[in-house]
Amino acid sequence: MTPELIHRLHFAFTITFHYLFPQLTMGLGLLIVVLKTVALRSGSEEWDRASRFWARIFGINFVFGVVTGIPMEFEFGTNWARFSQLSGGVIGQPLAMEGVFSFFLESAFLGLFLYGEKRISKRMHWFSAVMVWLGSWISGFFIIVTDAWMQHPVAYSRLPNGQFEVVSFWKLLLNPWGLLQYMHNMTGAVITGSFVMAAVGAFYLLDGRNKHYGRIFTRVGVIAGLISTILIIFPTGDLHGKYVAKHQPAAIAGMEGLFKTETGAGIVLIGQPNEETGEIDNPLVVNNVLSFLIYGTTKAEVTGLDRIPRDQWPSALPLLYYSYHIMAGLGTYFVALMIAAAFLLWRKKLYASRWILWLLLISFPFPYIANTAGWMTAEMGRQPWLIYGLMRTSEGYSHVVSAGNGLFTLIGFMGLYALLGLLFTVLIYREISHGPHSRVPEVNTAMAD
Amino acid sequence: MMGFIWFWLVAVMIVGYVVLDGFDLGVGILHLFLPRTEAEKRACLHSIGPVWDGNEVWLLAGGGTLYFAFPLLYASAFSGFYLPLMIVLWLLVLRGVALELRNHIDVGVWLSLLDGVFGLASALLAIFYGAALANVLRGVPLQADGYFFLPLWTNFQPGVHPGILDWYTVIGGLVALVALTLHGALWLSIKVSAELQSRACRLINPLLLGLILLTVVSLIGTIAVRPVSLDNYHRYPVTFVVPFGVLAALAGVWWFNRNRQPVKAFLSSSVYLFFMLAGACWGVYPTLLPATTGTDRDITLSRAISGPHTLSVGLAWWLFGMTLAVAYVVFVYSRFKGKADTDGATH
Repeated sequence: MTPELIHRLHFAFTITFHYLFPQLTMGLGLLIVVLKTVALRSGSEEWDRASRFWARIFGINFVFGVVTGIPMEFEFGTNWARFSQLSGGVIGQPLAMEGVFSFFLESAFLGLFLYGEKRISKRMHWFSAVMVWLGSWISGFFIIVTDAWMQHPVAYSRLPNGQFEVVSFWKLLLNPWGLLQYMHNMTGAVITGSFVMAAVGAFYLLDGRNKHYGRIFTRVGVIAGLISTILIIFPTGDLHGKYVAKHQPAAIAGMEGLFKTETGAGIVLIGQPNEETGEIDNPLVVNNVLSFLIYGTTKAEVTGLDRIPRDQWPSALPLLYYSYHIMAGLGTYFVALMIAAAFLLWRKKLYASRWILWLLLISFPFPYIANTAGWMTAEMGRQPWLIYGLMRTSEGYSHVVSAGNGLFTLIGFMGLYALLGLLFTVLIYREISHGPHSRVPEVNTAMAD
Repeated sequence: MMGFIWFWLVAVMIVGYVVLDGFDLGVGILHLFLPRTEAEKRACLHSIGPVWDGNEVWLLAGGGTLYFAFPLLYASAFSGFYLPLMIVLWLLVLRGVALELRNHIDVGVWLSLLDGVFGLASALLAIFYGAALANVLRGVPLQADGYFFLPLWTNFQPGVHPGILDWYTVIGGLVALVALTLHGALWLSIKVSAELQSRACRLINPLLLGLILLTVVSLIGTIAVRPVSLDNYHRYPVTFVVPFGVLAALAGVWWFNRNRQPVKAFLSSSVYLFFMLAGACWGVYPTLLPATTGTDRDITLSRAISGPHTLSVGLAWWLFGMTLAVAYVVFVYSRFKGKADTDGATH
């Protein structure tokens, strides 16, 4: 095992586990604001309790996001020192801004939101919820800006000592790649939030308890889910994909498994990429669709891997291909499910249609998988570059940290995170079992139903 | 000029972190033995519940600021201190989870486990932070390319090739342990009441005595390990005010505690931490990370500093953002001022 591989696995493992939590934080943050707003405007005690129930889950989720997020900021230095040394002047900037502009805001208002309800007015409590949501979305923005610069470096120059230097602050923040990625990513987070909320609602309805809350959760989840699952494909996914095709042809070719440059390229729905033969095994292809999706015409030529020097092929080609296909396949399923559910909601049949409630219940893990696969697509599509076109991944890791030391801490993180994952599951299970009346469950549940 | 400004801005972030997260680490350590009933434990935890997460943000924001203002230092120090930093990360993870999960679990056995994890992680973090600072003051075996890698320990002697832990850095760890325990006790003396409060107050004087001894030992140790630490002080004798400030702050803790002015006693302890850190920074300035392998290998301000445009743009948003951040912090602390809530969690 080379040090490069260990450091890549180290970052990949810790960031993948970490991002399970913020995607729910960002998605649920928005939905809690919706619940709180309805509660404030209508004065409804039920919506208020509904928001308090989600605030408890949000609180647990938030802490897991924080504690798994702290290592990320350190790992730039610990595991990617040479990269950090050269790029700190550029991407250190958005990373520091995340702390200064987002984390202070988020943590201050989270304290008020979770602990301060008795010490502040209802309106102020609503405002705290809005600020927590805003803080989490600002945080996401700065992380995307950081990643976008690695994907599509803009607004930089090089100093005599090799370091990158920002030349335009606003161009760095408003990197077109970042804006497109941000819209796509935040929509993905809302999908996770919606599916989780709808699944809990469906669980209560199927189980015949907390029915009133089950309806609220399913309704909010399905409406937000319908909007976000459409937006994830069009326009955000569409625009982002076209931009990637323009600037990272190697990534698109790898994602689609397009070994040969083609006019009127078809899209591969299923099949296994074979790097040895340069073909897709057992392919199921729809002709011309890829050309159309990227260029808006079925006749356009799409660059295949044959036009790309071998040393610039995405280094984990099959995994990139599968990640992309999993993301896109699940995205298609999401929109179908949510259209069906929204239709039944509109016809007032949703709460009694057990088959769709079952689908909503068992579908909650899929957005997590899709979001993860989406990020894997973005990051493996960037390989073999660390900063696209400028610095290779093999040049960026900490050369003073040996493979043995790296593996030691990677194993440590794996053990620790296995424990965290178990704890999280138990705690969330417990909150959901108690339901929105967790303080005095028996009496209140009976009364509410 | 930019180097000077950013050196002290990073120092301000570190001081902010130590003063703020310092008291909740201290409460964590005291949580191991001070509270005797479940209600007292809750009172301890509620005194930091709404603020600990915000306190930790100072570490993140400070780390980020260091990253863009001094990329070489960030890269070299974080990879060189790889093992202890990873242990610190694990401790931060365990501590945060243990603290927060206490609100969501009501089985006695698990609560005891969480209390133990929370307290021990807090104590170890305090020790590691003190040792980390001592490592910087002692210096590290920098190679010609500005990098190094330290094992956790060698023969426990400071020298050209020391480990993270040697007798000097262990003293640094103990200073931090006692200083933050005291800081936490002073915080509790403000935030809790009745029997728990008087128990916290009774701890203050013994802790203070220990801290005075350790502080003096660590000052002597610093001069012994790296005599050039005094150069800046000799060049600008007026800065000898710093060690006197340290002693005056400790006297202040004693005096205000005796006169039952807990807020002022807590502030004195904050001033102590400020002077200790400022004095340490001044002892190395304008070096950021001294080399044990020869002064020509020191990582200095001018060698580590980012490009000019990065720094001037950074200054604009940093001042704006930190003004906002301080406003949030003041707002939150003012909302939660007075004795901590004791009637159970609200979430």
